[in-house]
Amino acid sequence: MLNFSILTKYFDLYFQGFLTTIEVSIIGLICSFILGVIVAVMRIAPLRILNWIGTCFVEFIRNIPLILIVFFFYYGLSNYINLSGFAAGTIGLTIYTAAFIAEAVRAGIQSVDKGQMEAARSSGLTYIQAMKHIVLPQAIKIVIPPIGNQFINLVKNSSILGLVAGMELMYFADYVHEKTWISFDTYIFAALFYLVLTIPLSFFVNRSEKRLARSY
Amino acid sequence: MDFIGAYSVGNLSYLLKGFLITLEVAVISIILSFVIGSLLGTLRYAKIPVSSKIVAVIVETIRNSPLLLIIFFSYFGLREVGLKLEIMPAAIMALTIFESAMISEIVRSGLNSIEKGQIEAARSSGLTYIQTMWHIILPQALKRMIPPLVSQFISLLKDTSLAVVIALPEMLHNAQGIYNGNVTYVIPIFILVALIYFIVNYCLSLVARALEKRLDTNQKDGKNGNRRIRAASLSG
Amino acid sequence: MKKWLFFGVIFTLIAALMAGCGKSSSGSESDGTLGKIKDRGKFVVGVKYDTYLFGYKDPQSGKVEGFDVDIAKALAKKILGDEKKIELVEITSKTRIPMLKNGDIDAIIATMTITEERKQEVDFSDVYFDAGQSLLVKKGSAIKSVDDLKKGTKVLAVKGATSGANVKKAAPETELLEFENYAEAFTALKSGKGDALTTDNSILYGMAAQDSDYEVVGGTFTEEPYGIAMTKGDKEFVDYVNKFLKELKDSGEYDKMKAKWIKE
Repeated sequence: MLNFSILTKYFDLYFQGFLTTIEVSIIGLICSFILGVIVAVMRIAPLRILNWIGTCFVEFIRNIPLILIVFFFYYGLSNYINLSGFAAGTIGLTIYTAAFIAEAVRAGIQSVDKGQMEAARSSGLTYIQAMKHIVLPQAIKIVIPPIGNQFINLVKNSSILGLVAGMELMYFADYVHEKTWISFDTYIFAALFYLVLTIPLSFFVNRSEKRLARSY
Repeated sequence: MDFIGAYSVGNLSYLLKGFLITLEVAVISIILSFVIGSLLGTLRYAKIPVSSKIVAVIVETIRNSPLLLIIFFSYFGLREVGLKLEIMPAAIMALTIFESAMISEIVRSGLNSIEKGQIEAARSSGLTYIQTMWHIILPQALKRMIPPLVSQFISLLKDTSLAVVIALPEMLHNAQGIYNGNVTYVIPIFILVALIYFIVNYCLSLVARALEKRLDTNQKDGKNGNRRIRAASLSG
Repeated sequence: MKKWLFFGVIFTLIAALMAGCGKSSSGSESDGTLGKIKDRGKFVVGVKYDTYLFGYKDPQSGKVEGFDVDIAKALAKKILGDEKKIELVEITSKTRIPMLKNGDIDAIIATMTITEERKQEVDFSDVYFDAGQSLLVKKGSAIKSVDDLKKGTKVLAVKGATSGANVKKAAPETELLEFENYAEAFTALKSGKGDALTTDNSILYGMAAQDSDYEVVGGTFTEEPYGIAMTKGDKEFVDYVNKFLKELKDSGEYDKMKAKWIKE
């Protein structure tokens, strides 16, 4: 049976970490969504150089481990800009997640029929207007489930901040572990806090996936 | 930044040793999690009253927990309940647990993307349930699952780097050993490690894309299904 | 019915696989550690790989060297008659106690302080090295001793070590940042993530020796007697190791070893 006295005794620590995890997740969520959409639009924009930059960004970031990106911002850049564990972790997470979101959004945009873009352009809209009013609104619906999945990943991946003293849930779970040396219970309780965040998200994603599937 | 010092022969071979450990752990975990994930996914797909529900709860719990936590749990937590694993087996165990859950979802949505009517048709033409699964459903589903599976394998390879927290001597661990001695090596070593990961994973993703293209031309009708699996599996 | 059979088989397969990859590796407990080492013909010992002067793996040569490693080799020679019959296993402050309790290693010789708390988990030999906690700072830093640690000062330490709790006791107002291992903590100090790094002076001297921009300041503010940790309840092995340490000191070999690594 789980030793709930650990949870009650160290609840403050867990909760403090939990709040930071939420904070990181929300900041990361907003920033990575914005960055992701920008990169996705760059990738399909009618300008070679933008395509190329967008593609390089997505392919490079998607294929290297997140921990490397976070360490790069934390240790690597310290001569130029000294970021705290929280900042380096959040920036790393944002960039990493943005690459995946960009890929999802691009796929969504390209799934919208090409003819619609042409029709919109020929009716006098500019490329950006057509994108904004015609293509993106349709694409967003399609990409909600994959983006939702990315947000779940983001919450889970925020645990990486524990390795750069980012003071979130994982860091405090380690701290409790070190105080008690009772590993099983300590980490199970930490997992519960993560599940409180991820399970509702996952439920929402599943539902929107089903709804999307039905609409075809 | 001292590129020349950082890329000395000794350092490079030390890094390479770490890379081989990364590969070893990743390949073993890929094989194990593919087998276990396929079984769990099929089990959940089959909707058997109790067991499918149990599998669903387990899979969802694991899928929604951070891998880092599962690594600590496999190494520190499990030994308190009698399962004592050394570092490498613990790392493989953690990766297998996590990725099996992810792969089971890919398999399940792959199977779900095949129309139910096909099962009924096959059954009514006299095939048994197992025959129907084996000859009719699985071959179609497998084709659709290949791209998301490959991208899951790429994730697994990247995730191996997290095992640095239990001192698995993989590539990042050895990288730390190198830049620990000299802070001017940090950026050169990070760049090198990133490039190695990038090259290996990019090649894998090219394979995935080639497969995807081939499958798309093979079966135009599978588009909708494909998209749905991809949505379920885009992983990070 | 067939459907059930199909999934019965699958379930058994999963169970078998799980059991296969979760094969336990605990050693026989009836036999003492000493007997186990002699049977195996090899002394398996946990040492640090990232602690200069005590246990450090040089990436260039691939060799693990240090004072702890020399002690381990001498112990291997005493037990098995050959200092080469040794297997060094990397441990960190966080992993060492679980690994010993697990039976992965026969002993820990890794800058490990003898504390009452740890005595609940493992048995210790007599003290083989007297260290004390101190501070490592960049040369020219305003921090001269533990008294200079004030509110807002960031102090770096390692998870699983005693130093974090100690510095909190000595200077409760400081902000403590803990890392997975010494490599990361030292890199963090060099990257300006904190104002001081705290741990045993012995380890800090090693870091200062690696990078002359850093110095140890303020003397020690705790006593950290190092012991060799062994599985709890194995009195035979503890007595054996204590006898070995005494012989090592009496013969003068201990002083030679110490002088080789520690130059204060």
